[in-house]
Amino acid sequence: MANPSTNAVKTKKPMSKDKKTVIILLVVVALLALIPLFTLKGAEFGGSDDAGSQMISQVQGKEYTPWATPVLEQLIGGELPGEVESLLFCVQTGIGVGIIAFFLGRFVERKKLGKEDQEL
Amino acid sequence: MTKKQRWLVSASAAFSLCFGIMPAAFAMHIMEGYLPVGYCVLWGVVSLPFLIWGFISIKKTVEENRRSITLLAMAGAFIFVISSLKIPSVTGSCSHMTGTGLGALLFGPAAVSVLGIIVLIFQAILLAHGGLTTLGANTFSMAIAGPFVSYGIYLLCNRMKVNRKVTVFLACAVGDLFTYLCDGGGTGLWPIRRKTAAWPLRSSNSWASSRRPSCLWPSSKGFCRWSSSSPLKITPARK
Repeated sequence: MANPSTNAVKTKKPMSKDKKTVIILLVVVALLALIPLFTLKGAEFGGSDDAGSQMISQVQGKEYTPWATPVLEQLIGGELPGEVESLLFCVQTGIGVGIIAFFLGRFVERKKLGKEDQEL
Repeated sequence: MTKKQRWLVSASAAFSLCFGIMPAAFAMHIMEGYLPVGYCVLWGVVSLPFLIWGFISIKKTVEENRRSITLLAMAGAFIFVISSLKIPSVTGSCSHMTGTGLGALLFGPAAVSVLGIIVLIFQAILLAHGGLTTLGANTFSMAIAGPFVSYGIYLLCNRMKVNRKVTVFLACAVGDLFTYLCDGGGTGLWPIRRKTAAWPLRSSNSWASSRRPSCLWPSSKGFCRWSSSSPLKITPARK
């Protein structure tokens, strides 16, 4: 006998407390990233790598020349251009998100079908 | 101890760890060629036993439960994603987070070292971020030290029966901060040995103030992890 509740129109459930907390936290996290951007006017958001090398030359008292160059920089014969670096970071993010989304989707469907115990 | 007292102790411990320490340098990943050869080899040798342990731990986890491969892949992908994002912080520089806390709480800290080194190799080869020479040092700070601290705090808070959400938050947040600390210590240690300048005073771009807001990042991550792990119905590897 088919379960009547699955055939009927789904009634709207009030948002669970967990969902609300997660949404609020996500908003807080987004604010954390955006607030420094807007409040620190004119600040150069350089990477900490440059800052680190500056710090070292400050402590040492003279310019420090690294004794090895990264593989990619050797291959392209110079420093990695800023845009290409952004591209590669995006690719990295994309690969990671792709993996997460694939498995997450699988879990959601598995649960929906109610076949959690089967080897799906 | 009452519940409130326990909470107070754990919160104050985390606080003092976050704000009471003033290390010198503050690079996220140590750049290629910025550590002398001896130190590179040293850090590599130090990281190796942890990696072997991690490999064995992963093998054991997978043998116990085939489904844990997917969760392991997701934890690894999480590290991948999070460490690629440059987030601006309060002092005007950007930083990457590590994301190793999740894996540490789910699989134990040893397994995360293997995941971390994969991400580091990818970043070193394809992105020129971090480096192959400094792989040992970066692995130790990001994939070994951080997760171990995360796991330690998780066990400590569990022992003191702190609320689960707070536990995960503290574990991930402090673990991440400890990674920065180790990076700073690792980078800062060798030039300062030569010149015995006062270590805390040299930190012009003060590490602690730059990390203060970004320690909330791991906390919210931490909660998202907690809430995401419940529907998957998988409890952390060790009790």
